[in-house]
Amino acid sequence: MTMQPASTEIASRTAAIIQDLKGLEGPLLPILHGIQEEFGHVPQDALPVIADGLNLSRAEVHGVVTFYHDFRARPAGRHVLKLCQAEACQSMGSDAVAAKIKQLLGIDFHETTSDGSVTLEPVYCLGLCACSPSAMLDGEVIGRLDDDKIDEIVAEVRS
Amino acid sequence: MIPRIYIPGDSGALALGAEKVAKAVRAELAERGIEAKIVRNGSRGAYFLEPMVEVATANGRVAYGPVKPSDVKSLFDSGFLTGGYHKRWLGAPDKIPFLAKQTRLTFARCGINDPLSLDAYKSLGGLKGLQNAVAMAPAEIVKQVTESGLRGRGGAGFPTGIKWKTVLDTAGERKYIVCNADEGDSATFADRMIMEGDPFVLIEGMTIAGIATGATKGFVYIRSEYPHAVAVMNKAVEIARKAGVLGLNVLGSPNAFDMEIRVGAGAYVCGEETSLLNSLEGKRGVVRAKPPLPAIQGLFGKPTVINNVISLASVPVIMDKGAAFYKDFGMGRSRGTIPIQIAGNVKHGGLFETAFGLTLGEIVDDIGGGTATGRPVKAVQVGGPLGAYFPRALFDTPFDYEEFAKRDGLIGHAGITVFDDTADMLKQARFAMEFCAIESCGKCTPCRIGSTRGVEVLDKVAAGIEPEKNLALVTDLCNTMKFGSLCALGGFTPYPVMSSITHFPEDFKPAPARVAAE
Repeated sequence: MTMQPASTEIASRTAAIIQDLKGLEGPLLPILHGIQEEFGHVPQDALPVIADGLNLSRAEVHGVVTFYHDFRARPAGRHVLKLCQAEACQSMGSDAVAAKIKQLLGIDFHETTSDGSVTLEPVYCLGLCACSPSAMLDGEVIGRLDDDKIDEIVAEVRS
Repeated sequence: MIPRIYIPGDSGALALGAEKVAKAVRAELAERGIEAKIVRNGSRGAYFLEPMVEVATANGRVAYGPVKPSDVKSLFDSGFLTGGYHKRWLGAPDKIPFLAKQTRLTFARCGINDPLSLDAYKSLGGLKGLQNAVAMAPAEIVKQVTESGLRGRGGAGFPTGIKWKTVLDTAGERKYIVCNADEGDSATFADRMIMEGDPFVLIEGMTIAGIATGATKGFVYIRSEYPHAVAVMNKAVEIARKAGVLGLNVLGSPNAFDMEIRVGAGAYVCGEETSLLNSLEGKRGVVRAKPPLPAIQGLFGKPTVINNVISLASVPVIMDKGAAFYKDFGMGRSRGTIPIQIAGNVKHGGLFETAFGLTLGEIVDDIGGGTATGRPVKAVQVGGPLGAYFPRALFDTPFDYEEFAKRDGLIGHAGITVFDDTADMLKQARFAMEFCAIESCGKCTPCRIGSTRGVEVLDKVAAGIEPEKNLALVTDLCNTMKFGSLCALGGFTPYPVMSSITHFPEDFKPAPARVAAE
């Protein structure tokens, strides 16, 4: 299990991020990205600190956090595998690729394996549409997925 | 002279193994004790040839591709550092047919050099447009851009010069230039390529926009799915600041302009301009009702130019070579060039910049070379997830804003996804509705509820439940979404749905018939 920092620690680390970024015009998204980078997700305990720091209501901050697909309420697995499911990849069999990976990992989209090794997510376009089907593993891009590359990915996330 | 080897650092090339190739080249250089400089250039956009490695020889560049790490040893054995023959030999890159047939104005430099070398940028004509602009009155710049006929390349096709004029004519103590780099449409990667391969051209275009309209601050809103583009743009902005391209005195002139890179958070709808502005302000990315236009009340309520990456990146060449030069390309009211992105199930996928006017058939069959699978082309979707599916019968449509509109289609951001005959158009229509449901910002009812109902009704059609009645219902629903939605997400989702129903009726036949046919 991932160790969760105590709420006071979350508050102090969040406050430091806010301090760094609050001078920006429209600082909320950069702050949320900073928090997710710091904790791997956006902890509930960070929200009142942000609201306080930016003079917003907690509801407003909650509304923004939940609007965007990127911000996680819980930590992801050690690896994050995003499979493109948009049209260009569909035309090259991304459905079958997703089905195979789901079966090999034993999880569906938006799920994390029970050992916490990998979180699987759909993504709608990585801009690799002339290299379909494509994926992103921990920020690294992979194009023209075939059985060999799928096996490599699965082996890597399991190791 | 130390040999120079060019290995793309573009994400498309990286996705196809460019990093492993670079590693293999480094290892081989070390083992053979050869001193060489490896330059990580952008991509020229011929993705079927990536990773495409180039070497600078006495007779110019020589390209090899697609290079696998296992080819590297034999490349050295073949003397590739001096352009020696190898099975991956492609010759001079600008003679490769896919590249030679293009008209590169916006992408003139993309993929040739290190994207972060300002000297390389200047050596290929960079900053000339900005130099001209700083010596001109704002209204003169706006006039040039208007006369060039440049229209918004993000999809809406609104004349860029008119937008700029509105901002110039609107009083405001602070004005903004916002670059929409939330390139979420499937089949599009032109924005990503220019940001990764020639970032200074975007910086130059935004700076010109700032001088032309009296804006002093620019934001580039890049989607989070493009981490490489974010990294390159951030570095490029730093370099431009140090070189005095950005700052209080742009190129030594009295004009001030600076910019910041911002990262989205995975919401497709933020590619819609007003939703993007809300997101930049730190709000939920919900669409704003227009009016007021962003040009009058945009970011933080201030007059704002919001343009797509390619629109802004096309400005430097217009300011360098003149409106007449740019306008000379194209057809009808579609002037200049358009970077067409050929994607999906296609043999020669990549970016093809050309004047407007090629037919869809020429693009798909001649340039794209048909499908990658070798099967017949069934449908092509033009303009991303909100674009229509065209059958072969419409392949004579010229690539032009108005010509596509006449046939109930759109060119959008000029992405084309090719599908072979295994595509199920009912499934594609359902996906269009499903995607709209996932990405709807929720502000207007036709989009928020309509998309979910659309999925349900199309599922009924697929299950053979009263297909005729349900198809009539989908048609009616599409009509409501088209005319009742606030923005293009709900308003254009009917394009892929209705074009599938209209052009591929056989795929919407009742389930028993479909099963029997398989």
